This record gives sequence, structure tokens and C-alpha cells, in this order.
Amino acid sequence: MRPIKLLALSAAALLGLAAPAAAKDTLTIYTYESFTADWGPGPKVKENFEKECDCTVEWVSAADGVALLNRLKLEGATTQADIVLGLDTNLITEAKQSGLFAPHGIDTSNETVPGGFKDDTFVPYDYGYFAVVYDSDKLTDPPKSMKELVEGDASQKIVIEDPRTSTPGLGLLLWIKAIYGDNAADAWGKLKDRVLTVTPGWSEAYGLFTRGEAPMVLSYTTSPAYHIVVDKEDRYKAASFSEGHYLQIELAGITKNGAGKPLSAKFLEFMTGPGFQDVIPETNWMFPAGKTSKPLDPAFDTLVKPTKTLMLPPDEVAKNRKAWVDEWLAAMSR
Amino acid sequence: MPGRAEGGAVPQRMSLIPRTTFPAKPLAGAIALAFLALLAGGALFSLAFEASRDESGAFAAFDAYLWRVARFTLLQALLSTLLSVGLALPVARALHAHQHFIGRAFILRLFALPLALPALVAVLGITSIYGRAGFIAKTAHYFDFGFTPDIYGLTGILLAHVFFNLPLAVRLLLAGLDSIPPDYWKLSAQLGMGSGSRFRLIEWPAIARSLPGIMGLVFMLCVTSFTIVLTLGGGPRATTLEVAIYQALHYDFDIGRAVALTLTQLALTLAILFLFRLTGRPTEEGFSLAITTRRYEKLRPGERLIDLSVILLAFLFVALPIAGMVISGLVADFGRLFSERSVWRAIATSLILGGAAALLSVILSLALVAAREAVASGRKMGRKQSFFERGLDTGASLILVVPPIIIGAGWFILLRHFADPFDFAPWMVISVNAAMAMPFAVRLLRPTWDTESARHNRLCAQLGISGWTRLRLVDWPVLRRPLSVAFAFAMALSLGDLGTIALFGSDAVQTLPYLLLQRMGSYRTLDAAGLALILGVLSLGLMMLADRGSQASPRKEERP
Repeated sequence: MRPIKLLALSAAALLGLAAPAAAKDTLTIYTYESFTADWGPGPKVKENFEKECDCTVEWVSAADGVALLNRLKLEGATTQADIVLGLDTNLITEAKQSGLFAPHGIDTSNETVPGGFKDDTFVPYDYGYFAVVYDSDKLTDPPKSMKELVEGDASQKIVIEDPRTSTPGLGLLLWIKAIYGDNAADAWGKLKDRVLTVTPGWSEAYGLFTRGEAPMVLSYTTSPAYHIVVDKEDRYKAASFSEGHYLQIELAGITKNGAGKPLSAKFLEFMTGPGFQDVIPETNWMFPAGKTSKPLDPAFDTLVKPTKTLMLPPDEVAKNRKAWVDEWLAAMSR
Repeated sequence: MPGRAEGGAVPQRMSLIPRTTFPAKPLAGAIALAFLALLAGGALFSLAFEASRDESGAFAAFDAYLWRVARFTLLQALLSTLLSVGLALPVARALHAHQHFIGRAFILRLFALPLALPALVAVLGITSIYGRAGFIAKTAHYFDFGFTPDIYGLTGILLAHVFFNLPLAVRLLLAGLDSIPPDYWKLSAQLGMGSGSRFRLIEWPAIARSLPGIMGLVFMLCVTSFTIVLTLGGGPRATTLEVAIYQALHYDFDIGRAVALTLTQLALTLAILFLFRLTGRPTEEGFSLAITTRRYEKLRPGERLIDLSVILLAFLFVALPIAGMVISGLVADFGRLFSERSVWRAIATSLILGGAAALLSVILSLALVAAREAVASGRKMGRKQSFFERGLDTGASLILVVPPIIIGAGWFILLRHFADPFDFAPWMVISVNAAMAMPFAVRLLRPTWDTESARHNRLCAQLGISGWTRLRLVDWPVLRRPLSVAFAFAMALSLGDLGTIALFGSDAVQTLPYLLLQRMGSYRTLDAAGLALILGVLSLGLMMLADRGSQASPRKEERP
């Protein structure tokens, strides 16, 4: 009998039946990993919110925004998540179709997002623009428009990400789609010669870029701010494109599971205020969607300010993503 | 032949072993196989079930895109295999011919390193040498050659795959060569054999025995390549099935398609493995064992020169990208890194998970190896291999072509019905890493086990030594070295892995490569380079410990 008992006990321990006694209310927030990393916004946000809510914030992190949604879909109605933080506009149509989210019902008038994005389910917390970042030591004459990038000197290479596996990759795809429309395939056919390689994710592309493999990389307008603030290095710059830059907005929403808790709406309200927004710029390296208590680091003022904001409607992206990726594949494989 | 064997004129090979004993070894092997089958099959089954419930997700037929992807996958994997193993042959021969030069042990340990590196780190190491801003490009620029290497495309993929797999193939080939009895070398020296006839008559039979297995292993590692193929491939023309599987599962969330693609990958690999098997001549003769072979032949100066340049070239090929990695890692701020709790936690997590995975892997591998040998030697002469025996032989390796993200996703879906699947994350990582390391561990253990069994089975049966006593007195002293090497290898492999939980992530398993990718993903390139260096040092240290620890074996006195 004894070994069996021991086995049962250890199995129980493994299954985590011995849950810690919860003295305070707990708010479970699903997010992506770089948000909860030591240097990410997570730790500070948790501290700030816990100060005013008398509750415990529990982060659960998935690899990235897409993995976040996948995990939620797999868990379905049984999910532990009260709030999901970290989806971008390209994912919200799919997220709504899952039927797992509830309307947030909070006032978002203190937020300003380019293009005036408004949604009754998802609340923005930050945003950024995709941009071609270049090494000014190597490239003295960067492209001034998407047209110049596409048609320019093919010996000046760029590293891009794959739209099949990464968010920035999809971002560039949509950026070119927004500018070229039905002629996007032609544009890709020309840009192809300038593309050194297509990496599975942002890390690989940026790693190749900073090692000098290519003078340009697809990243964000905010990338140079990191190098200025942290590395005290100003050689990396974003190229300003005359057609405008494609916008990425990061959002959070309340699940049906979390809709019953008053804490959930309270967190989203907190999210639009300075306790959350102050943390964002220098941890997530994105622009805050709400007001911060003090001005951003001067480095952010030196960044490219897009003259025009480009963004395709989420529904249109959701409907056409597959066809557009196929179009990209065909053009790039020629 | 079968007629003669059954006629009783020729005694059956193992007739001395009592038939009535409890079949412990085959049973252990069956358990090890069942573990692998459950790990992969359970995941696939659970995914297939999930897909069948989803009405909308009827997976697309195999379109032109997928055929192209499948074709490219096979092409790059076959080329990589031929190059890696083909180039490894002269290196292994040369290393075997020169048993005692300074640095030989270091080279062998170094050769275990590439596989332990996360693909991204290796890719950056390779570009630091062969890239457009790499060492070669800079040298050429310095001397005004006006030449910039362009590796992006098939070249880069092959280069990276050879970097990963040539060292592995060399080590495995060496293990094969080590199984040649010393008498053969003595005899070949006495007969004054030249390099050509030595290769043909002595080395080739031993190599041919292990070649199909080694080629199969390298092939499987290349088939599933993902980061290397995309990053160095230059564009979506270079896409593997693994990429399509990841895309289907991660981005499109089309589970049915992911399962179909995985099955395609499995089927294609099986077909190729079968072809390799046809070309090779797997033989089962027993070879006596020697840890360090004494070679007797007097090499001509020319031969010596060729051998040493081959070794030097191979060393440089493997060492340069690693050196590039070390150089970029050295500038990292180690003072700060080592003061961070998350770094220490990641190191500890990696070591614990890696150690557990390696232990499980070695135990299961030993079970497989022992079972295979027991079944093979119990088989009557001339009989065909049974399904079970073949399963013990190649079945283990097939786990390599089931993508870890598939296993992770499948078990996630299955376990969530019973508990929070994230409580199981560490166990998943241990199981998957153990399984993924088994094909290597098996190959490291099998030559020694087989030769040792052939040498001692009858004697032990005659003297009535069996069970624990035999393990302690007969098997352990000889197995100690390959066991510790297999353990170190498996652990090094596990240290570099991050595939299993990539799909969902889990805070419970923040390993070193995980932390590395995280830093890399948030501009902290320098930190990442430093972490890569820590990872490399850990792996190399492991290999050194394994070698040192095992040198205290009683075999030492045999060394000249």
C-alpha cells in the first residue's frame, strides 16, 4: 500500500492541488514574455497597481501575441485569464470571433492613438510605427520613401522578417499593401533583390543588422531611442518614409471570465493612466497610448514622426491575410 | 543458410544462454520504445482529435507550395548529409590514425559543442566568419581583394548544417573506428598496408556498419532545420516543412494541417532512412573493444602531413565560428550578468532540467541498446529482423522528426482536460529533451555494448555471472566511459534546446537559451552574447568532466 500512497501523494503535488491560500483578490493577466521580463514593464506595473487595488496581480506569459491568442483559444471557456494584454490590431478580429471577450465598458477619452482607433472590446495601451532602421555609419543616403527602398540600389541590403512567422514581417507586408494595393506583388518583386534574407523573427533580423551584415533592417521608429538611452549610441536611425508609416497598436481586453470581477475594469482604467503609461516608453520601447506624468526622455523627440499614419482595417486584414501572404510568397520565390 | 542453421549442425549463436530467464532486457527496451511512442503518438493523437472536432479547419490539400517546400526540405537535407558525413570521413580517419597529439582531446570535446548551441547563436557565429561583415570579408577588404562573400541561400544553409553535423559525424565515425580490434592494426602494419588498402580492408567494414545510422541521424537533424534555413536561406524559396508546420500551428492555428504536415515529414524521412539502409551493410559481428587504439603503422611523412592538415582544417572550420561567438561574448558585462538573479535562476533551471533529461535519456537508451542486442543475439542466424528489433534499432531516432512544438502543443491540449498544463511544463521539457537526445546516446552506447556483449556473454553464461553481479563486475567498468560521455552529450544537447515550450511559453522553465532569446528579442544583444558564452562554457565543461571522470576506469592501464 505504501508505495501507492506515496505515488498518489506525489501525483497530487505534481498536479498542483496544494494551491496557495488566497488572502487577497487575484487578477490573472495573460501577456507576452517580454512584457513580464525583469526589464520589461510587468514588474513595475504590478507594483504600481497592487499599491492601489489591494489585490495580487498574477502574470501568465506566452511567447508572443500570437501564442497568447492561441493559448486562449485552446483553453476556451476554462481559461484562468481575467485580462489578456498584448494582442495587436491584426489579431483582434480573430480574438473577437473566439467569443471569449467581453466589452470593456470603460472611458478611453484620456487616450490618444494616431488614427483615432476605438473599440468596444479592446483598449490600446501603447503603439509604434514600423520603420526601416539603418546604420548611419554605413548608409549616408537612406531611402526617403518606400518607393526609394523598393526601387533603390540593390547592393544596399535590408534584412526583413517573415510574415508567416512574425509580427513585424506581417507589418511590412501590410505596409506595402497599404501603399501599393493591387500592385504590391510587383513591388515585392523589385524589393526582393534588395532583401539579404528573411528571418523567422525580429531577433534574428536585428542581430544580423547590428552585426553589420546589412545596413538596413525592418524594425520600429522607436528602435533608435533604445540605443540612445541605454547604449548612448546614435548611429542607428529610422528612415522617414514620405508615404507614411504603418501603425501597430497593442491592446488589452477583458475575458468573459474576468468580466464578473470589478478588478478587471479597474485594471484597464489604471492601464490608461500614468501608473501604467509612465512605465511603457523605456521598458517596452513603444509610445504610450495615454498620458504620462512627465514628458518622455528627449531621445523620443529625436525620433521620426510619421507625416501620415497607415493602417488597414482589422477586418480586412483578417479576411485577406492568407491570400496576401500567398501573394508575397509567390513574388519572393520567383 | 537457414536450412543449415535449423538442421542443428551449426550451433545457435547464443545457445549457452538459458532460454528460460525472464526477458528483462527486451522488456526494458519495450518500455523505452513505449515512452517514445507515447510522447510522439500521444501528442499527434491529441492534435488530430482536436482538429477533427473543429469543423471549419478542414486542412487544405497539398498544393504546389507544399510540394515545393517538401522538395526543398529533402534537397537541402540530403545535400547537407552527404557533405557533412562525406567530409567527416577523412577527418575521422585522420583523428584515428593520430591518437596522441596535443589538443586531440580538446578537439573532440570542441566537436560536441555545436549541437549544444541554440541555432540562432550558431547562425550569428557563422556570419561572424563567413558573413558580409565577417572575418573573411574583413580580411579580404583589408587586402583590397574587392570580394564580399555572399552565403545567403543554399550555401549558407549547407555551411551551417555542416558546421553542426560534421563534428557529430566525426565523433560517431570515430566510435565506429574504435571498435576495430587492435590486432587488425597490428596485422595491417605487419603486412605493410598502404592508406588505400587499410581503408578498404580494415576501416571501411567498420565504417559501413555505422554509416547508415549516422547518415540517418544527420539527415533527420537537417530535415527539421528551421532557424538556420530561414535566416541563412535568403528568402522564402528556402522553406522547410518544419517552417510550414510552425506556420500552420502557430500563425494559422490550423491544427489539422500541422498534423498532416508532421505525418508527411515522418513519412518522407522513413523513406529516406530506408534508402540509406539499402546502401549500407549493417552487420552484427562482434568487435572487441578498445578505448584508445594503439596504431602500429609507420605513416609516410606525406600521409602524416595530409592527415594533420585535414584535422587542422576541420578544427578551424568548427572553431572559428565558435571563436567569433566567444569574442562577441567577452565584451558582455559579466559582472552585471552574474549579479542578476534571473541569470542564476536560468543557469540552475537549465542544469536541473538538462541533468534530469540526460539521466532519463541515458537510462532509456541503455534499455534500448541492451534490448536490441539481446533480441539480435537471441535471433536465429539468417532470420530476418523482427519488427520489434527494427523498432529498437531505428524507432528511437524517428522522434527527431516530430517537431517539439507538435509534442508540446499536443500534450498541452491533452493535459488541459485534467489540470493546468503549465504545472507539467518542466516534465514536458525533461521528457522531450530526453527523447530528443536518445538517438545520440544510443549511438554512443551501442558499439561498446554490442562488442562487450559479444565478448562476455558466453563467458558470463558459462561462469553463471548474471544480473547485478555482472553489471557491477563486467559491464560497468567498460560502460562507464560511454555512459558518462552519453550523459554529457545528452545534457549539453538539452542545455541548448528551447523547442518544446516555444509555442506557449512557461514561466516555470526559464532556461538559459530562453533567457538568451528573450534578451536578444529586446535589444540586449550584448547580454545575449554573454549568455551564449556561458552556455558554451557549461557545455564544454560538461564534456571535459565526462572525459575526466571516465578516465579513472580500469581500462587506463591498457594505454601505452
